Amino acid sequence: MLEIHELFAKVEGKQILNGLNLSIKSGEVHAIMGPNGSGKSTLGNVLTGRAGYEVISGDVMFNGKNLFDLEVEERARDGLFLAFQYPVEIPGVSNMEFLKASVDARRKHIGLPDLSSFDFMKLARESSQRVSLDPAFLKRGVNEGFSGGEKKRNEIMQMMLLEPSLCILDETDSGLDIDALQVVAAGVNAMRSEARSFIVVTHYQRLLDYIVPDYVHVLSQGKIVRTGDKELAKELEAKGYGWLEEEGV
Amino acid sequence: MSDAIVNRRQSIPAVLNPFQQHALVLAGQQVMSDGQGALLEALRQQGTENFKRATWPGRKVEHWKYTSVQALKAYESAAWATTAILPENFVSKRLITLNATRLVFVDGVLNAAVSDAMPAGISLFSGADADAAQVIRSHLGKIAGSVDASRRNLFAALNSAWTDDGLLIHVTQNVILEKPIYLVYLSTGSNAVANQRTLMVMEQGANAQVIEHFLSASSDAADSGFVNTLTEIHIGQNAHLHHTRLNLEHESAAHVGAVHVNLMRDAVFKGFTVAEGSKLKRLDYQLNHCGQGASLSFEGVYLARHDQLVDYHTCIEHRVPHCTSQQVFRGIVGDKAKAVFNGRIHIFQDAQKTLAEMNNRNLLTSNSAEINTKPELEIYADDVKCAHGATISQLDETALYYLQSRGISPSQARMMLSFGFVNELLSALPVEDVKLWLESWLKRRFSEDRSLVSDIKPRGNAGADL
Repeated sequence: MLEIHELFAKVEGKQILNGLNLSIKSGEVHAIMGPNGSGKSTLGNVLTGRAGYEVISGDVMFNGKNLFDLEVEERARDGLFLAFQYPVEIPGVSNMEFLKASVDARRKHIGLPDLSSFDFMKLARESSQRVSLDPAFLKRGVNEGFSGGEKKRNEIMQMMLLEPSLCILDETDSGLDIDALQVVAAGVNAMRSEARSFIVVTHYQRLLDYIVPDYVHVLSQGKIVRTGDKELAKELEAKGYGWLEEEGV
Repeated sequence: MSDAIVNRRQSIPAVLNPFQQHALVLAGQQVMSDGQGALLEALRQQGTENFKRATWPGRKVEHWKYTSVQALKAYESAAWATTAILPENFVSKRLITLNATRLVFVDGVLNAAVSDAMPAGISLFSGADADAAQVIRSHLGKIAGSVDASRRNLFAALNSAWTDDGLLIHVTQNVILEKPIYLVYLSTGSNAVANQRTLMVMEQGANAQVIEHFLSASSDAADSGFVNTLTEIHIGQNAHLHHTRLNLEHESAAHVGAVHVNLMRDAVFKGFTVAEGSKLKRLDYQLNHCGQGASLSFEGVYLARHDQLVDYHTCIEHRVPHCTSQQVFRGIVGDKAKAVFNGRIHIFQDAQKTLAEMNNRNLLTSNSAEINTKPELEIYADDVKCAHGATISQLDETALYYLQSRGISPSQARMMLSFGFVNELLSALPVEDVKLWLESWLKRRFSEDRSLVSDIKPRGNAGADL
């Protein structure tokens, strides 16, 4: 699914990723944890191709394609999805219109016919209910005036509609209360399948009680310094990141 | 001393240019019944005098600094428009489908065939009964007649000089109009001239919604007419008005229009305006807080492309204490087009506890487009809150990235964001059918012609999240 090999990247002249390696197979869930500034969000932005995030060296293969040969929108159409840590508010553009445009683009790319407006609205309403978001939100501007939790649920709804093959959740749990966290986790779990993989970026072990990962990686200073299973997350929660540094890994 | 100077100036006979001379000839050609003549003669004379005396627009005249009236040269021998036949399917194809009282004026003349019957309180000046005549006498020309305003508004003076008829909307005390009033002003062009005068008087506690919709007879053929319009509105104590004005004429048309509003105690004005540029398009809003506790909110959208011009001059006068005004204008200018937004707020010395806000944002979509935005604040009171902001910007790069990260192409993302930039203001519209109509009109504009879509690459890097 995804092969990251010796990835070095910088942001605004500052080198953030320092030779990151990661291999993800179909159906796997990988959690990435690490202290602030270790490069967790940078990884998501580099993979999706955000302007300003510059790859110095290394390569990333995504479903057999060189990811860096593709534009931002091409990566998305090929099935890469990033749930934003800070979803963007776009007043004046309705959520429904935005969702339809993105689903149309993805369907066209994979050779499926356009959904009629009627069918799409039905689908969107169902999806919004699955993440406990009032369908009235579909008519509002994209994320306009949404609470933090509503924005995150909107991200998960987009993920459901786009049916990506690789989902990156960038601190989707930040700012969520327990109820919203469970809704988000249930949405993710419902989407887990043999054909779909996840990268779950988080600061807290709590999310991993709900979304149980196959692997847990610790990112520090731009590279993965430790890999384990879900028990590693509990150890980190108990001991903090300082423990790893003391061990000198 | 200043009086002496003013008098001396007035005593010098101004040299009239060919347009001015011809404008007076046109006024002389108008024929009215005795009754109309008696009702309107004073207004016409005053208008003629003021028009003759007014300084002709030019680069040195502050309120016309960025807008040339060269286009008026085309009308130095133009005739009054003769009412033409309405294009086929005009009503169903071009107008907003609306549950409203609809009145359609073609080149300044009411077309009864496609208009609804006038309900009580609405009449033409020429059909005014004794009560209506009384309302006209006490308000017509008075709202737009303040010294300060008339000095700047020579076309308002010309409109008075040319007023041989007009529309009166009189909403009596505590009357709530169930249906909006939908006024359609159609121009048929062919280098002719038309004049339109509207007077709206709302008595205490009245409540109404009015939509003024200006358009050309054909959406694609040229409309080379010149239309001069003036709408005067008196909002009585505690009365509420929602006023929408759409200036969507063909780009070959010339239009100079003004809306003058007086707000009495606790009156509420909610305004919304959309204009598309044309060879000359100048719109003046003069909004006067005359009674304490009055409030107004006002949103505007302008679009200009090709070599169009659109010019909004707004002036809000806070003459008394405890009034509020909130104004938001957004514009998109592309190609070689030019837009002007001049927002003046004048807070009189007595107008303590005023709250006034003004915001103007612009999107430039080509390197040869031009926008002149100018906030103009005159504040003579010391206990007021007044805020203003004006920006000229490009599309938000983070929003572009967000849309692209969902598979949307950069060109479609730019279109969505450019559309959203102005569409955001439409939420203030109270009549759902007008909102939907405008939304689809805007959408069509943005999809058929990319000149209003910002393709200019944003500069530099986005703010990075580590």
